[in-house]
Amino acid sequence: MTRSTAAEPADPARRTVLKAGAAAGGALLVGFYLPVGQGAQRQAPAGAQAKRFEPNAFIRIDRQGVVTLVMPQVEMGQGIYTAIAMILAEELDAAFDRVVLEAAPPNDKLYGNPTFGIQVTGNSNSVRAFWLPLRKAGASARTMLVEAAAKVWNTNPAACKAEQGEVIHTASGKKLSYGALVDRASALTPPKDPPLKAVSDFKLVGQPMKRVDTPDKVNGKLQYSIDVMPPGVKFATLAICPEFGGQVGSVDDTKAKTLPGVRQVVVLDDLVAVVGDHMWAAKQGLAALKIRWTSGPHATVDSNEVWKQLRAASEQEGAVAKSVGDAARGLSQGERFDADYELPFLAHATMEPLNCTVHVRPDSCEVWVGSQVLSRAHDIAAKVTGLPPEKVLIHNQLIGGGFGRRLEVDYVEKAVRIAQKVDGPVKVVWSREEDIQHDVYRPVYRDRLAATLSDGKIIGWRHRITGSSVIARWIPPAFQKGIDIDAVDSAIDVPYDIPNLQIEYVRNEPPGVPTGFWRGVGPNNNVFAIESFVDELAKKAGKDPVAFRHAMLNNTPRLKAALERAASKAGWGDPLPARNGGRTGRGVGVQGAFGSYIATVAEVEVDAAGEVHVHRIVSAVDTGIVVNPDTVIAQLQGGLIFGVTAALYGEITIDKGRVRQSNFHDYRMLRIDQTPVIEVHLVPSGEAPGGIGETGTTAGPPALRNAIFAATGVALRRLPIDRELLAGKKAAT
Amino acid sequence: MITLRINGEDRSVDAPGDMPLLWVLRDLIGLTGTKFGCGIAQCGACTVHLDGKPVRSCVLPVSAVGNRSITTIEGIGATPAGAQVQKAWLELEVVQCGYCQSGQIMSATALLNAKPQPSDDDINAAMAGNICRCGTYVRIRDAIKRASGAKA
Repeated sequence: MTRSTAAEPADPARRTVLKAGAAAGGALLVGFYLPVGQGAQRQAPAGAQAKRFEPNAFIRIDRQGVVTLVMPQVEMGQGIYTAIAMILAEELDAAFDRVVLEAAPPNDKLYGNPTFGIQVTGNSNSVRAFWLPLRKAGASARTMLVEAAAKVWNTNPAACKAEQGEVIHTASGKKLSYGALVDRASALTPPKDPPLKAVSDFKLVGQPMKRVDTPDKVNGKLQYSIDVMPPGVKFATLAICPEFGGQVGSVDDTKAKTLPGVRQVVVLDDLVAVVGDHMWAAKQGLAALKIRWTSGPHATVDSNEVWKQLRAASEQEGAVAKSVGDAARGLSQGERFDADYELPFLAHATMEPLNCTVHVRPDSCEVWVGSQVLSRAHDIAAKVTGLPPEKVLIHNQLIGGGFGRRLEVDYVEKAVRIAQKVDGPVKVVWSREEDIQHDVYRPVYRDRLAATLSDGKIIGWRHRITGSSVIARWIPPAFQKGIDIDAVDSAIDVPYDIPNLQIEYVRNEPPGVPTGFWRGVGPNNNVFAIESFVDELAKKAGKDPVAFRHAMLNNTPRLKAALERAASKAGWGDPLPARNGGRTGRGVGVQGAFGSYIATVAEVEVDAAGEVHVHRIVSAVDTGIVVNPDTVIAQLQGGLIFGVTAALYGEITIDKGRVRQSNFHDYRMLRIDQTPVIEVHLVPSGEAPGGIGETGTTAGPPALRNAIFAATGVALRRLPIDRELLAGKKAAT
Repeated sequence: MITLRINGEDRSVDAPGDMPLLWVLRDLIGLTGTKFGCGIAQCGACTVHLDGKPVRSCVLPVSAVGNRSITTIEGIGATPAGAQVQKAWLELEVVQCGYCQSGQIMSATALLNAKPQPSDDDINAAMAGNICRCGTYVRIRDAIKRASGAKA
């Protein structure tokens, strides 16, 4: 099935065609074609796939030479399709402008993320986890194609080379296209250890390549799951019990059913959905229902109770996640300081509201969704319907924002349950209010830190992290000995040279409030607490915040170099320009997380009302070998804004078992008029690639908080920022 | 039946008068490039043009459109400013997830039609109604300047 592509792409240098439909295995098929010749759409001729060279799960080449690359990771804006295609095409020596990209079907065995063992796109680890497997897949295929050509020419493979989808006999200049070698290559055994290219021989990796997914995102053609329109589709929207753990008591649908376009009211245990001819009918119908909800066990939960329980839990000793030297002894020497830091619940608020389209038939089920966990989405549909897995066909779509929300399958499960009551396909779209009020929230955290200083350096350190364990729910086998490996990430590997330290974890589940991964995951919390505390320690020690850190980074040289670069580019120490009479300051934060090392300097102005204006952010990052430098810069720019948004505005609060915020008017986002100048500098590196999707999100808040500290002397201990505190209207508690 | 002029073509739809234009475009006509983001004119994802002026289609009853001509993201590339904006968006690789970008491009095009050489303040005023969760604002600003012919 090919969608029409009437208009020319805006950029004639790129010709992108997106084909969505039921490809083999129900995968989304994305073909992208860069121009060669006059840009006729290249389609594999019918029957061309009868015989093809398929040396592994990631690469297929047909007799016409069409190279299909299978994407094990999902595209949600982070540019991963382009990066994966670059890595595969690099080692394969394919012509990058002619490869076809295809989304992987649900199959953990073939496409599971090597870090998790299942199909997961998250934790900034797509390039990290797949870097070597994809290079090997490409190199293996290339080796076989070269060997096949050498056989044709009766020569040694060493006398041949691969280039742009052809094998060339170096001495004679004879050429054979990959397509012509399909049969012979298929007869060969894949090599065990194919020779990988030297980094210095890379032609694609490291170049700023144009993204393959963007041309259809500027003209409205790209189909997100919310845009899917299977023939006969009906539209539904839902109301989930507003109280956590509550249920539907009774529903009066008398009025709703009289409204034009309303077709059906679906009442389930925990939610009500209205099905209509269009979303407006569904919305109107839902608004016309009289629903009586039945309270569950969490009807009285409020934010005060959540914090009370969390703070009480943080008084206990935790499970020891890391111990170096003698922390107790270290903490008994020199001058000791203690400080506690807290972070709030956060919603994801992806721009594409949660949605899922499902067609349940007596003997099969078809699902259209955007998911970061395709095999889990597939499994939940099979479980709810009771159908064998092979009877569930799932079409994963490009995603309008994930940030961890689409690592959950609750919205798939609900859509399937609704669809079981509906004759024909139904598209279930959540209102923004439902999306905010029934998220799976970034946990509240409380971090208790203690340190001792001697000679201007830290000699004793204790960091106790208290919070919900997302890992224990999401991937239970990874929760061992009371330790959530995500919750302590970036705390157990605190980058500073500290001779005596102990890192503890206390699990505390908030009553009734579901918690999940949120862009930046565990390091979000830990880096904020550590870097805020270190800034306060620098002040106690009478040291400059950059110099204080710099002197303790000898065992983390990559971070030390990034700090030097950021400080230099930011003009650390130079006078700040006066701004509107506000209090101005510069703050720094460093982090080693997700395999990347980043230092960030923020410049802020705090006005008399306590409002914070962020004027400039400068980051320097060593993220190892960079696949697509422009994407790395874009991810950091966006990630910094994501983090700063949360630091300035983000907090979900609970009252009477319900989330109080509901839409962008009370769950605010940073907008363009408050966006600072952002400068990102890449530190050249030959190390293995690091992760980058979450790096900026984690890096932004501590630098911002420390800039506020420098500007005002107010040591903020919680986020979001407290404007009353900054205005001097109240004292710190 | 209501007749609407959309991207230069007349389309007749059977829609209740209070139905927001957003759902008419998406669910009745199948022009899904215009996005639903918030439903209360807070995010700008649903921005379309009425006679060249940007409006939030999620709160605009279809009966209020009248004779005005509607342009959506699917048709904006046929206008000179729209084509320039799309080109600049790709040249500077503005887009990440892309979901908000239909609305961003519609707002940016309307700005350039009204002010061919916008200042930073003009950009702030015209674009502050459009939220981007991926945080592409830095590049949006640069791309508007690029499309305006200024160096960015």
